[in-house]
Amino acid sequence: MFKKLGIIFFVVVGVVSCNSDDGGKESPEGSFDRGAMLVNWADNIIIPSYEAFAETTEDLKNSVAVFNGDPSAENLESLRDAYEEAYLAYQTVAPFRIGKAESTNYHRFLNIYPASAATIQNNIESNSYNLELPSSVDEQGFPAVDFLINGLGATDAATVEFYTSNGNAAVYQQYLLDVATRIDALTDVVLNDWKTSYRDVFVNNTSSSSTGAVDIFTNDYIMYYEMLLRSGKIGIPAGAFIGNPAPETAEAYYSDGLSKELYLKALTTVQDFFNGKHFNGSGSGPSYKQYLDYLNTVKGGADLSALINEQFENIRELSSGLDPDLAEQVRTNNTLMLQVFDALQKNVVLLKIDMLQALDISIDYVDSDGD
Amino acid sequence: MNNLISNYFRKDSEAAPLAVFRIFFGIMMFGSILRFWLNGWIEKLYIAPDFFFSYYGFEWVKPLGNFTYILFLLCGISALMIAFGYKYRLATITFFLSFTYIELMDKTTYLNHYYFISILGFLLIFLPASSYFSVDAYRDPKKAFQRVPSWCIDSIKLLLAMVYFYAGLAKINSDWLFRAMPLKIWLPSNYDLPLLGDLLQQEWVHYFFSWTGMIYDLAIPFLLFFRKTRRLAFVLVVVFHVLTRILFPIGMFPYIMIVSALIFFDTGLHHKILQKISSLIKISKSRFDNAKTFHYLPKKRKILLSFLSLFFLIQFLFPWRYLLYPGELFWTEEGFRFSWRVMLMEKAGYAQFRIVDRENGKSFYVNNGNFLTPFQEKQMSFQPDFILQYAHFLGDHYRKKGIEQVEVYVDSHVALNGRKSTPFINPRVNLLEHQDTFRQKTFILPFNDTIKGL
Repeated sequence: MFKKLGIIFFVVVGVVSCNSDDGGKESPEGSFDRGAMLVNWADNIIIPSYEAFAETTEDLKNSVAVFNGDPSAENLESLRDAYEEAYLAYQTVAPFRIGKAESTNYHRFLNIYPASAATIQNNIESNSYNLELPSSVDEQGFPAVDFLINGLGATDAATVEFYTSNGNAAVYQQYLLDVATRIDALTDVVLNDWKTSYRDVFVNNTSSSSTGAVDIFTNDYIMYYEMLLRSGKIGIPAGAFIGNPAPETAEAYYSDGLSKELYLKALTTVQDFFNGKHFNGSGSGPSYKQYLDYLNTVKGGADLSALINEQFENIRELSSGLDPDLAEQVRTNNTLMLQVFDALQKNVVLLKIDMLQALDISIDYVDSDGD
Repeated sequence: MNNLISNYFRKDSEAAPLAVFRIFFGIMMFGSILRFWLNGWIEKLYIAPDFFFSYYGFEWVKPLGNFTYILFLLCGISALMIAFGYKYRLATITFFLSFTYIELMDKTTYLNHYYFISILGFLLIFLPASSYFSVDAYRDPKKAFQRVPSWCIDSIKLLLAMVYFYAGLAKINSDWLFRAMPLKIWLPSNYDLPLLGDLLQQEWVHYFFSWTGMIYDLAIPFLLFFRKTRRLAFVLVVVFHVLTRILFPIGMFPYIMIVSALIFFDTGLHHKILQKISSLIKISKSRFDNAKTFHYLPKKRKILLSFLSLFFLIQFLFPWRYLLYPGELFWTEEGFRFSWRVMLMEKAGYAQFRIVDRENGKSFYVNNGNFLTPFQEKQMSFQPDFILQYAHFLGDHYRKKGIEQVEVYVDSHVALNGRKSTPFINPRVNLLEHQDTFRQKTFILPFNDTIKGL
């Protein structure tokens, strides 16, 4: 009797333990193929986005070199164009935080804002800085470039003086180049990892556990939408968490009317990703929308993907009234900014509660037992 | 009838099942504590957080900083002492107190099976489980008895039967039986299981699991009780719990239940198990077979029986307290805990708190991550008593920060068993005007659907 039970027990337990290292199993017909979704994400969205972005960071680096070679108002203008283009392209990769981007703290080095203007100037005056330190995240990246090309002088002529007649002109040039070079180099590291090894790791990690690629990625995606898009771009400048507007915390604070464009680009990126839309293409493949639609045919109930897309449209419509410069918006009519925040919030609820419940994905780091 | 009852309480039987139960229980508990420790959960759940959610009336029970490790150590050692039957009374009291203290420190971690362990630990204090095959009995023959009153063993069976039966009753509701919820959400996400993965995508499988789960829980106490069906029942116990272990993140509980169910078997099996252990650790089992019977002193026996009857009466009535509250139980969770409502709901929420300074009318939102761990935030966001307690914490916090006329509001949404999320707490209610009590919480918005059943 006891032996028999023991055998049953160990057979079943055996099945459990076999399961834990069974990763890349093909999904059967009729059920949703998470592997295909990961392939679509990696090959049609994430990697092409990083590739396009990497070109713009290269341009940015080169434009800095040209500007340093001849610091004229004209070259400043073309450097500014390269910066704006790269910053916009950055919004298309910002939600993708899994892999090397996570282990190297990539996104923190690229876009922690506001930049610390005082520290940057101190770095330049003392000509001693180490941009690899984790504490230096607000001394580099796009916010630092923004400050260095838009925040130093009131006019272009005044800005150019920092790179020509200023006593530390050489250090200003070097610092600008170091920042631009670092943006480019870090991006190459992330992109190369995706292209060489990480892509396969990612698409084959179809496990249903909390260490599966879908689970980790989705947690990142929602965290990005909630904390960096909703709070970072809109909520914090609007003072949603302190009660008073804080225009100086807007993204691209020194640029003239860039922040709204950056925000809208980020919003589009999040929505396109949700719908599985290919990067810069007209096609689309499986993503959350298709997954939710599949599960909806199993479970019935509200058409969640339609609700989420509807809300994205509501947000976009409301956002169209925003000033191109969100810092200006906050100063003149913060109410609209807070309304946009509330509209963004509605999709936090739909994504974080309804979508995660439908997908049966648990929130990060919650690995304790259930009943 | 009276005669029948008093005759029953005079019956005695072999102590072996109780001894086996004691040994396995102690080992399992030691393993659980060890696992908890090794997973880093002591640090993560009880030391890292700044704020803890207290049970009503137990606000004084708090983690002890780094001494929390000592508490777990104490609990682990006492579990081992129970297994060995060494200083049994001291061990069970220590185990019950330390384990219960741990569970009371933060209700974020509440699980039905932790509560089960607590009340089982409590019951064990009063049972003569160390009178046979224990260090105590080995060292002091005066404390050694081969037989114990039958009711001592039956009380554990009763507790186990109650857990199963109530868990079965709780499943008699329309969500579980007619919508196959929440299994319809949980099962398909196990798509990568070998053999089962594809099957779990099928709708009929969700219904099959729901219905068999309900029938299993209701029937298993009886199947274990009757000798004819006992073996079948035990096979079912093993299959059921191992399956739950595969499908859900459920920790040690399945193993504890499987091992506990052994107590329903006849003494033959238990003697065999003890014989195995004896030859393994090279002691003579016959030393314990002294044919003596343990008796409580008459006066003590009378008090104990009345006391334990009351204990069981409370256990039987407590799960029904939810009937005193209006509203849907799954939604309000008033009277939800301590009632063996196991794996019944998929519930998630989002709670955005707003602090208002009434002096100047200014308001702002709270970033919950500043005060709570992700786990605490998750649990808080769909349980009204958590939301209320957290609101008061926020009120105190911002009052200290200088907002004297502080008000706390919450904008919250909850999704239950696959329904679309809907507003949960009345966003126009200043939560500081409400205190946590056993009364109905009027700030919970009504549930816009009905779940029929118990």
